Amino acid sequence: MDFTDTPAEAAFREQARDFIAANAPHYLAEHLAKSGFGHTNTGEHDALSEAKKWQRTKAQAGWACLQWPTEFGGRGASPIENVIWSQEEGLYSRLTGTFIIGQGMCAPTLMAFADPSHNTRLLPKLASGEEVWCQLFSEPHGGSDLAGLRTKAEKDGDEWLVNGQKIWTSGAQHSDYGLLITRTDATVAKHKGLTMFFLDMKSPGVRIVPIKQANGNSEFNEVYFENVRIPDDQRVGGVGEGWRVAITTLMNERMAIGGSIATGFPEILEWAQSAQLNGRPALEDPNVKSKLADWYVKAAGLKNNASRQITTLSKGGLPGPENSMGKLVAGNMMQDIAKFALDLQGLSGVLVDPSVAEGAARFQAMLLRSPAVRIEGGTDQILRNIIGERVLGLPEDMRADKGIAFSDIPTSAL
Amino acid sequence: MNFDFSDDQKLLADQVKRYLDDNCGMDRVRQVLTGSPRMAQDVWEGLARMGLLGTAVPESYGGAGAGYAELCLVAQQLGAHIAPVPFGSTVYLVAEALLLWGSQAQQEYWLPQICAGTVKGALATVESVGQLTPGQIHAEVVNGALCGKKVVVTDGGVADLYLVMAKHGDQLSLFLVERAAQVDVLNVDSVDLSRDVAQVNFQNAPAQLLVAQGWNALEVLQNRAAVLYAFEQLGGAQRALDMAVAYAQERFAFGRAIGSFQAIKHMLADMFVSLKLAESNCYYAAWALANNTADLPLAAATARVSATQAFQLCAKDNIQVHGGMGFTWEFDCHLYYRRSNYLALELGSLSEWEARLVEALPRVENI
Ligand SMILES: Cc1cc2nc3c(=O)[nH]c(=O)nc-3n(C[C@H](O)[C@H](O)[C@H](O)COP(=O)(O)OP(=O)(O)OC[C@H]3O[C@@H](n4cnc5c(N)ncnc54)[C@H](O)[C@@H]3O)c2cc1C
Repeated sequence: MDFTDTPAEAAFREQARDFIAANAPHYLAEHLAKSGFGHTNTGEHDALSEAKKWQRTKAQAGWACLQWPTEFGGRGASPIENVIWSQEEGLYSRLTGTFIIGQGMCAPTLMAFADPSHNTRLLPKLASGEEVWCQLFSEPHGGSDLAGLRTKAEKDGDEWLVNGQKIWTSGAQHSDYGLLITRTDATVAKHKGLTMFFLDMKSPGVRIVPIKQANGNSEFNEVYFENVRIPDDQRVGGVGEGWRVAITTLMNERMAIGGSIATGFPEILEWAQSAQLNGRPALEDPNVKSKLADWYVKAAGLKNNASRQITTLSKGGLPGPENSMGKLVAGNMMQDIAKFALDLQGLSGVLVDPSVAEGAARFQAMLLRSPAVRIEGGTDQILRNIIGERVLGLPEDMRADKGIAFSDIPTSAL
Repeated sequence: MNFDFSDDQKLLADQVKRYLDDNCGMDRVRQVLTGSPRMAQDVWEGLARMGLLGTAVPESYGGAGAGYAELCLVAQQLGAHIAPVPFGSTVYLVAEALLLWGSQAQQEYWLPQICAGTVKGALATVESVGQLTPGQIHAEVVNGALCGKKVVVTDGGVADLYLVMAKHGDQLSLFLVERAAQVDVLNVDSVDLSRDVAQVNFQNAPAQLLVAQGWNALEVLQNRAAVLYAFEQLGGAQRALDMAVAYAQERFAFGRAIGSFQAIKHMLADMFVSLKLAESNCYYAAWALANNTADLPLAAATARVSATQAFQLCAKDNIQVHGGMGFTWEFDCHLYYRRSNYLALELGSLSEWEARLVEALPRVENI
């Protein structure tokens, strides 16, 4: 066991540090530091174009998507080098949120299943941030029960004709491509009739409608498909193999999100260290201490657990279903932290206007955004099912959809 | 960076596991519940023969000269088997104190005997109900003789050598006191019947000074021991979870395995998560201990708090998963429940360690 850098790792860290010192958008640092949860603060500068600019700068020098092969725009780096890079990127990694779905989830799926000629063309542009991707999985009738989706793709010569609707598609409004899962056969069991594609989001018949979220922002959208044509060579994996392909995406989602997930701990620690309670420093209060300690051991546990995963990966192992625990722990923790911070603020805790609220309203932003963390990419309940069934080997839930054709499965009236 | 134990270390853990599986199964643990003394002398001797009592003691003192990462893995196995032996008291506390502060003569005299299993140790600090504070301590050493009563001494009934916190002039110090005629020992029952616990009354017992700044020294000692006890807690938590998972797969109700009910499945998932967080924190702390890093106080408190949480959660919900069977004397669930609650207090309560953790957190600059 050794947590220190080897000489080679130290040299790599030095290189990363030099690059960042010379090239990062330092003019944004002050704004980025003030980013509320779920929001990248770039001050008077446009967030998307600043994000693309930093991504391009990194890609040109080989500092984007470090673990990808160089022919796909990466650096061929090791998992540990990748961690070192993200430690050094620090504040500026707040600019990379736009690319997580494409780089962290769609790309690994393409690498595993798409035609190599597509990959050499698409992946370098994904790495450099020139093109943004979205994940077109969830539907009104297919969320937790993703395989209940109904968007239909029918073969028409060398093309597929797609009709239906996706929902909760994050970033669809500024995406160039989407990874799309469809139903190609409703007469077989639900998991068997699915097929994956990628498509150009500018294709005729694609209509994007923003959804206003509970926290007032609009990160996600409805996406409608009306006779959208997709060439067969944009199929990702075999016909009827869509479920297996989707699992690859979802495993990577839990890895992409689980490894470096925000918990709210640094924010609450900083605040508690300066706050007063009953005229005394809040940190002297036993209840405050107890909560901070509890949150710290969770945050530290996630971080140390991620380090163990990286050790496993660097020895050639694969990311396992136990990664599901990252978001489960962090989502609940963040929601508790936000509630507690507001409680300590008394009635002033109700204010959400950053110009008057305590700490630029970051805990209020956290309060209003954290419910989504417990839903997106697998709800708390689904994650517990995965841990119970796939990690601990417990028997499956009772299901009413087994062994029958998709078209015969009972559905809700909604 | 490499966040895993080496193959050699894992091999050692496996040897210890096999020895304990064969010699310290639940039937052996149960024999001590009603017997006296509450320890398995045969297991103790076996551990000594395997050289495990001196895992981290240098070879020149009769130890194996391995290291603390190895000792952590031994602790984990002892915890998994809830072994009824004074290992923590002797090895993590008394031997460790000797290594930290003993004079060469003290080390040469005691450590070989500890490694050989012929001397057992116990830490004697507590004198009344409530968190341990300097003001609580009235025991005093005057002219090399100790007077005072320690009311809860883990392994106090079997110990040959006590590490005692006592007043000395105007400060608190740690002393070494041998079991002798002036030491009056009364065994008492605790929540964990697989542990030896005693009240120890020292009446003019000859005492040798070990370290003068006793209160600070105790904190240093506890930080190191906390990591090792955390590995015992981890071992216990894993075993409790394994028991619960096995039962959930086996037991049927309403025509199906109870593990297929989400209320049970999700409870088990939460136990797993708590255990994994603790395990990762313990691994980090093992490294911090083995390398004596500057952040050991934080790493130790983190391991301690999360391992206490994990063992208490796994042990209590293990009973819940077992239903009525879980509340029988015959099933082993209560033995783990008892041990989890003993260990939670053995080195200071959860709230004390939470406070220590917060104290050890780095300050956020530039507020
Ligand atoms: C902010 C945000 C961003 C998102 N971005 C994307 C995106 O980019 N692309 C995309 O494809 N999707 C996205 N999603 C969708 C997300 O993956 C789904 O919302 C999620 O999987 C839950 O599905 P649902 O909304 O249909 O809820 P439902 O599945 O209807 O769940 C409702 C409740 O029932 C519970 N439940 C359902 N099934 C079970 C079961 N088997 N056992 C126990 N409880 C159960 C759930 O836990 C939940 O509490 C996003 C969601 C959010 C909130």
